[in-house]
Amino acid sequence: MDEAAVGTRRTSGDEARTIQSPSEPSLWREFLRGFLRVLRANPLTFIGFILVLIISVVALLVVLVPLVSSVILGHTVLVTPYDPNALSTDYGQPPSASHLLGTDNLGQDVFSRIVAALPLDLAIGFGITGFALLVGGGLGLVAGYWDEPRTIGGAVSVIILRITDVFLAFPSLVLALAIAASLGRGTGPSMLAILLTWWPYYVRLARGEVLAVKHQPYVMAARAGGVSEVRILFRHVLRNLAEPLLVYYTLDVGTVIVTFSTISFIGIGVPLGVPEWGSMVESYERFLLTLPWTVLSAGAAIFVTVLAFSLFGDGLRDILDPRSRRALVQAAVPSTLAAKVAAAAEA
Amino acid sequence: MDSPLTDQFWAYLSSLVTGDWGTNPTTEIPVLSTISTAFPATLELVLASLAIMTVLGIPLGVIAANGAGRWADHFVRTFYLSGWATPTYLGAVILAIGVGPVLGLPTKGDFSSTPTFPRPTHMSVVDALLNLNLPAAGDAVLHLILPASALAFLNLGIATRMTRTSMLEVLPLDFVKTARMKGLSEFRVLYKHALRNALITTITILGLTAGVLLSGTVVIENIFQWPGMGEYAFGAITGYNFKGTIGVVIIFAIVVVISNLIADVLYGLLDPRVEWR
Repeated sequence: MDEAAVGTRRTSGDEARTIQSPSEPSLWREFLRGFLRVLRANPLTFIGFILVLIISVVALLVVLVPLVSSVILGHTVLVTPYDPNALSTDYGQPPSASHLLGTDNLGQDVFSRIVAALPLDLAIGFGITGFALLVGGGLGLVAGYWDEPRTIGGAVSVIILRITDVFLAFPSLVLALAIAASLGRGTGPSMLAILLTWWPYYVRLARGEVLAVKHQPYVMAARAGGVSEVRILFRHVLRNLAEPLLVYYTLDVGTVIVTFSTISFIGIGVPLGVPEWGSMVESYERFLLTLPWTVLSAGAAIFVTVLAFSLFGDGLRDILDPRSRRALVQAAVPSTLAAKVAAAAEA
Repeated sequence: MDSPLTDQFWAYLSSLVTGDWGTNPTTEIPVLSTISTAFPATLELVLASLAIMTVLGIPLGVIAANGAGRWADHFVRTFYLSGWATPTYLGAVILAIGVGPVLGLPTKGDFSSTPTFPRPTHMSVVDALLNLNLPAAGDAVLHLILPASALAFLNLGIATRMTRTSMLEVLPLDFVKTARMKGLSEFRVLYKHALRNALITTITILGLTAGVLLSGTVVIENIFQWPGMGEYAFGAITGYNFKGTIGVVIIFAIVVVISNLIADVLYGLLDPRVEWR
């Protein structure tokens, strides 16, 4: 039972707040300490974290630099070495110092196109997953917390769960493809199609966690202490939910990027000319043997991004889950112990 | 078309029940008859890839768990993470255009030439075997290798990851230690004693991957021109064949529900602690 829980059981209302507040900074410090320890103990997580950081910073720069430069300097400055849509006579050039990832069949710089596609793919990954987290997580919270049979809450819970079941029966990519095809081609309809199919997983996940948490002794203690239901929900239940949802969110960003790029690969995603990794693989696939750097670079961009998010998500689970954190730290201990023993023996 | 949406929806539902799923607007071929010939081909592809996932994925999971934290574990983890991070279409394109021609494996369709024998099941290998046509069966197996491998590689991680996790839970238990103390060989300890108990979760999860595998067929069948549901779905979605699209989505949903049911039943059969009420 954590400190905050003890505080809530012994006191109620405002007193509980005063007991919890001093522990807030130490919670953050503990999180940061655990984070650094896991990064040190697990090189794969470290690589994932660094990659996610680089990808996010580059995506921000690609969006912000042209905007800021057009306001301050009066003309647009691009982060990419070339205009991603500019055609040139340098077509089919292999990777070199002037074209880091070579040029495609139209003379466009492949590196510039891959970097230019980064903000769109990343925004879609974060945006759709964020929406699914809010909607699905919220519905799951309600469905799990108020699930007493023969009450209004119970009836709402049943309705939410049955609608979720209907959506879960359809493979999400196929349903998204069907919806995107009916809504019409383009970035917006494809995003909407994924949005509509993505939230049910979060309902199931959130509901499962709420059911596990709401019968814990500290929740009952809070209720016995006179804490209001809404406060218990947000202060005690939601906090325990944040951990698994955050991990799932991080892992899911990569999956959404792959799904969107698949829709683009099929040809109903982004319009022609807009740099996007999936549509780049589709347009370059016939050059796999003649201009391999084109298709392989676009594919590698998706591969690295998804891998980065999955490594980071796995690591985040290790940091947030006390059991894995302990196991990792224990795994790191013997080497330190051995070093100490060796040093003592030498002395 | 003039009637209210609710009436149109009711009319569509009624015709679904009576077996009239509409026709393809360009070819005028009924949706249900196309689905009935395309579905077995997809089933064959999915079963073949499930077989590859089981035969390759489970031992890899055992190897990773047995050497947890060592190079074998890191290698297996990197392998399955690569499969998971590779988009379906990318893996399929590389296998179809890069690997296939190098290995001399066929990359298009289910037979080299249109078969002249009757096709009662519409599954290439099964039909060839039923007609006792061994060369055709060999040809069908060769055609199956690349699409099934593409589908399996991308989902191999699920089987490997689940086996690794459940083996890690089982390996420290007393009965495994007892088996080791009795002097049994490492192979028998791992595969006969530990794996049997670890397999329950893996099999359940494999049943739940039906949706992922079916989604994969939409892209893979198109790239390998496999005459199944995925190829039909791709054509229907990109060709504004709405009746075909709805038909495919309904069939996929039915398959997902049935495979989840099979996974649940298998779970009950494999784990005696689960009671049927």
